[in-house]
Amino acid sequence: MKNRVLYTIDKRELDKLIGILVRDGFKVVGPTIRDGAITYEEIESTRQLPVGWTDEQEAGKYRLKRRDDDNLFGYVVGPHSLKKFLFPPKQRLFGIKKSGEDGFVFEARQPEPPRYAFLGVRACDLAAVDVQDRVFKQAMSDPYYAKARNEAIFIAVNCPEPGGTCFCASMGTGPRCSTGFDIALTELKTTFTAEVGSTRGQELIEALEHETTDANTSHLVDLMMDIASEHMGRSLDTNDLPSILLENLQHHHWSDVAKRCMSCANCTFACPTCFCSNIEDQTDLTGEHAERWRTWGSCFTLEFSYHTGGYSRSSPAARYRQWLTHKLASWHEQFGVSGCVGCGRCITWCPVGIDITKEATVIADDYRQSRSRQESASLEEVGS
Amino acid sequence: MITAVAERPCMVCGDGSPMEPAWARIVAFHQESSNTASYSLQFVDPEKRKQYQFLPGQFNMVYLFGVGEAAISISSDPTCCDTLVHTIRHVGSVTFAMNKLKEGQCVGLRGPFGSHWPLESCRGRDILLVAGGIGIAPLRPAIYQLLKNRDQYGRVILLYGVRSPQDMIFKEEVEEWQERRDFQVLITVDYPSEEWTGPVGVVTKLLRRVRLDSQRTSVFVCGPRVMNRAAAHSFLSHYVPEDQIYVSLERNMRCGIGQCGHCQYGPKFVCKDGPIFSYASVRNLFGKDEV
Repeated sequence: MKNRVLYTIDKRELDKLIGILVRDGFKVVGPTIRDGAITYEEIESTRQLPVGWTDEQEAGKYRLKRRDDDNLFGYVVGPHSLKKFLFPPKQRLFGIKKSGEDGFVFEARQPEPPRYAFLGVRACDLAAVDVQDRVFKQAMSDPYYAKARNEAIFIAVNCPEPGGTCFCASMGTGPRCSTGFDIALTELKTTFTAEVGSTRGQELIEALEHETTDANTSHLVDLMMDIASEHMGRSLDTNDLPSILLENLQHHHWSDVAKRCMSCANCTFACPTCFCSNIEDQTDLTGEHAERWRTWGSCFTLEFSYHTGGYSRSSPAARYRQWLTHKLASWHEQFGVSGCVGCGRCITWCPVGIDITKEATVIADDYRQSRSRQESASLEEVGS
Repeated sequence: MITAVAERPCMVCGDGSPMEPAWARIVAFHQESSNTASYSLQFVDPEKRKQYQFLPGQFNMVYLFGVGEAAISISSDPTCCDTLVHTIRHVGSVTFAMNKLKEGQCVGLRGPFGSHWPLESCRGRDILLVAGGIGIAPLRPAIYQLLKNRDQYGRVILLYGVRSPQDMIFKEEVEEWQERRDFQVLITVDYPSEEWTGPVGVVTKLLRRVRLDSQRTSVFVCGPRVMNRAAAHSFLSHYVPEDQIYVSLERNMRCGIGQCGHCQYGPKFVCKDGPIFSYASVRNLFGKDEV
């Protein structure tokens, strides 16, 4: 394990940190309770955090519950991720109007993003930003995303208590933050330990009352994270998974899932890496002004695959297969990483509790078993 | 095979973001058939006109004020990028709206996008082009290039299938091509008129009339899905190598830059990895339903 330098700061210093960020012109976004769930919203004080709350998560189930302590970050991820800030669900890309003889002029362009400071984000959320970087920050980058993301500050929190649908350990993204943060906190009784991940993070720590964490506490944090890795609510064997899934596009299990799947697209909206969007062009009633809007799209809708020849994926089975094989398999070829960070949101927020880890495992196990049967049969043949 | 984006011409678009179109004026118009027309376009901004280049088989996103955007292949000579031509069949909302425009009016353009016909790597080989209907439009830039550099290729053959003789587009040009001794052009129709004396039936039936040297032939296919499928499979059964059969695929392209996700075909983004694929690179997906 890499040698981490940790600082210890008193919990009360967190409000000072928020104050500094606000003073420096950042919009501070952190977890807060809204409509019975913990969501990411703009906050100004630690009082707005879900102090003393935790969440219970299972397939298709999410409940908030009181903790028996006053921890600030004693829960895991809610339905929101950083996606809605870096890649807004609905955004005007431009507005134009007719001008003179057959000409057009731009009236509005894609807006400028605010400077965000994300507080209390998890290892899986940081990994998801890295995944979306590969979509929106390539040769042809999305200007809004690139700017919002480059200017953002990430004050992350490690997860000592994984939730019921978490499987970041299987996906290699958590529970401890390894990259992509300016500061990564671990919450203890009255203090945080803080690991610095950038010079900006170092400057922020310098501005707070801090001391170097002693070896015992540092070891305790290591231990907490090791234990957390072993207590994931879910797990997924990713060994050869991309090739197994792509070789099993005709497996009967796709139709079995489709019998339960309502094609509601909840999973794609809750997913922190799903990036598909719809482009909508429209005019006002005068016909003089036109706008282009981009809204989150979903491969679960029928019209998503519409083209002049018809619909590429008309059955729900094909749409679920597209989503799952994209996440866990073809994403690797497209972007060099898995499209799944193991946050478990799609499992929790599926109204019928479809579980990506279970569905993928059914197909993979079936394939692995039949392959090992074939191998032992061919060995017997050689033996006889 | 995926062509590295770096080797391709730069995209021309509006100045704000890759999703903003740049304005181009319709400088000429030519009715090709009852429902198809060719539009010659010039970027209004002289800088963009100078900057714009494309390769045979690439496409633009054509934007109509408030109506929307459609992916349309470029059908003109890639060595004359000053004016580019889109040949459009009026079938959807954008293309219907296009039909109402007159010379001198403007459309929005972003492009060029996508992969191109591999004319470089196919030097020295026989080139067999298979076009179905409007599918001849993205092949025409390749034909111009092949005829301009005729000595660098073996035999050049075009198999062109249309619904009826009246539906044929680029008619005068096709007749000129037929006159050439160094270009074999065979045309078939599904529904012959009384005057029609040529072959009748699907385009793959023309294969019987061609002497195919399968090992030294590269095939470029562009047509409706059913035709692409039938053509690819019949060339495979004639032992044309998998990596020498190139097919232009149609999918729902919305952004052109691999970000909106609509055109995904397995792991491929048809807008940037395609639309032209070698059969070898999509073997596992080709012809599968609902992918």
